Amino acid sequence: MTATDPGTKTEFPSERLTKVSTAMSIDARQGTPPKRSSPWAVFKEMPIFVKLSAVWLILVFGGAIYAKIDQVIFNGALPLQDPNFQTNNFDPSTGEFGTGDPIESPSWSHWLGTDAIARDTFARIVHGGWVSLIVASVAAAFGIIVGGFLGSLVGFIRGRTETIVMSIIDVILAFPALILLLAMVSIFKVRDLFIIAMVIGFLSIPAYTRVSRANSLAISNREFVLAARAIGTKPATILRREIIPNVLPTVLSYAMVAAAFVIVVEGSLSFLGLSVQLPTSTWGNMINQARRDIDLNLLQVVAPSLALVFTVLSLNQVGDWLQKRSAHRASAL
Amino acid sequence: MGRILATRLLRLGATLFAVTFLSFIMTSLLPGDPVNAILGVDAPRDQETVDRIRDELGLDKPLPVRYVNWLGSAVQGDLGESYINRGQTVWGDTIVQRLPVTAQLAFMAIIIAVILAVPIGVLGAYRQGRWEDQTTSAGVQVALSVPNFITGIFLIWLFAVKLKWLPASNWNRISDKGLIANLETAILPSTALALTQMAIFSRLVRSDMIATLQENFVLSAKAKGLSDRYVLFRHALRPSSLSLATIVGINFGALLGGTVVIETLFAIPGLGFRLINAINQRDILVIQGITVFVAVAYVLINTIVDLLYTVLDPRIRKG
Repeated sequence: MTATDPGTKTEFPSERLTKVSTAMSIDARQGTPPKRSSPWAVFKEMPIFVKLSAVWLILVFGGAIYAKIDQVIFNGALPLQDPNFQTNNFDPSTGEFGTGDPIESPSWSHWLGTDAIARDTFARIVHGGWVSLIVASVAAAFGIIVGGFLGSLVGFIRGRTETIVMSIIDVILAFPALILLLAMVSIFKVRDLFIIAMVIGFLSIPAYTRVSRANSLAISNREFVLAARAIGTKPATILRREIIPNVLPTVLSYAMVAAAFVIVVEGSLSFLGLSVQLPTSTWGNMINQARRDIDLNLLQVVAPSLALVFTVLSLNQVGDWLQKRSAHRASAL
Repeated sequence: MGRILATRLLRLGATLFAVTFLSFIMTSLLPGDPVNAILGVDAPRDQETVDRIRDELGLDKPLPVRYVNWLGSAVQGDLGESYINRGQTVWGDTIVQRLPVTAQLAFMAIIIAVILAVPIGVLGAYRQGRWEDQTTSAGVQVALSVPNFITGIFLIWLFAVKLKWLPASNWNRISDKGLIANLETAILPSTALALTQMAIFSRLVRSDMIATLQENFVLSAKAKGLSDRYVLFRHALRPSSLSLATIVGINFGALLGGTVVIETLFAIPGLGFRLINAINQRDILVIQGITVFVAVAYVLINTIVDLLYTVLDPRIRKG
């Protein structure tokens, strides 16, 4: 995790306090204080399956970014086929039809074959990662910034604000998630990536708020917060320097698991034809389109399915591992 | 106990109010004239229909009044009519007709999931850390990561396309074709739904069981010379199954709204499939009706489960 919070770079928040309140937290300072470790150091700590998962995520999302750069900046000049090009198309400049076929088997020119209208499946899968990446990132950003802050705040100040905020959160969580999402999506006639990401992002806030509130509640009762209050630190400063930096690691690792969920949700929407519009490829709509000819070419269903499942599994693996790690570090705090 | 009941009911009332209100204002959130939204901008219309819709929606009255009126008729089972399929009421012809299908799917999915999850969870706890536990835990991890529509597609591929044992889609009602024909169409979709549930349940059973196995009464049962199997299933399973019962109840409620994708995949005439049709046709009152029904059902089931839990576990009742 590379949180570049200027407040935490110079000194770890509770470090400063120990000078004031050694008597209160002498046992808590045993061992070395958790340091911000570099991504590479974190990677080296991972067990083998978690490492593989991390590599997969980098490949998939790196590929999606590469594909987008190729499409937007280089106009398709980089080595990757056009995901929407039908290889059997009539080409007016040569007056001939393309040499591609629908539902081709894998070959050197089409690594994963072609789909029902002769588009390159590999390119469509690589491009499909973009929608998943954007939706997952926007949801995480909404969740961490809004939900994480709101939860830290109400868990720390308690009182009526907490009651009101948590009641609103509970009402949103009282809806079955997919039904609420469908109802909100149905309001929009034209659905593009922006709208889908916004709706899913908005609906991600409640769960993050719950997670960060629970952590904030626990941390607000810790000795170093008590000490900070005792020496008359302003509540806003305590929130900024003690609560939020300590809630953040948990919320960040929750974000991985939440991203896995969000990608499944977007996949379901795509599968139902209610996510971004065609011909933009997403793993969900590729699966939906290919399932009609599943007996002709299983690979066209298997390939996007595996891309989706591997990504979700990897996010879960890395997220679970990070959660365990941050729990372990919290106990050393 | 009375105090707990009172606060729960109060909270229930507040949640129901919020859930119904949110579903209600959906029609008001639509951009532009709600009549246009309901009929579709380019749909053919006559002044009479437009007036009727205006009148039914009570558009001239303020929002709170409209909400109270709408709630009043909704409680009496009047959720309006579909504007696409004229004369089809949202309550009688849609929800009442289709709820049994969705409920059966959800119910079967839960049953299949529990039947699979209990042995897997118990095995994982009994052989904690050994290869049996590691294999099942890995399997559970994978099962949690496979979306149900992917499971569904591969079940169709295997059992309908390749083996030709079961139909790939459609639904036979028990009342029309009998139980066997009904189960033939129900087994694949409910299995697809069950996989994720199984993973959730078995994780829970495993962790609860690990805690229970460390209790003294398990030690004394073992000391009496009872067999491991007897101790596991007769002594340890029951105290471990309390949280399983809770999650089963909650997830049953969630599945009423969670069968949407599977119903669409298998073309099953349940609530979810109708909801997707309604969204595609922009049939606003049907969307609103199904949304509010599923949400209210979910909230009610959660409250009942919550209360039952309180009754069953005396530690919570006193605390």
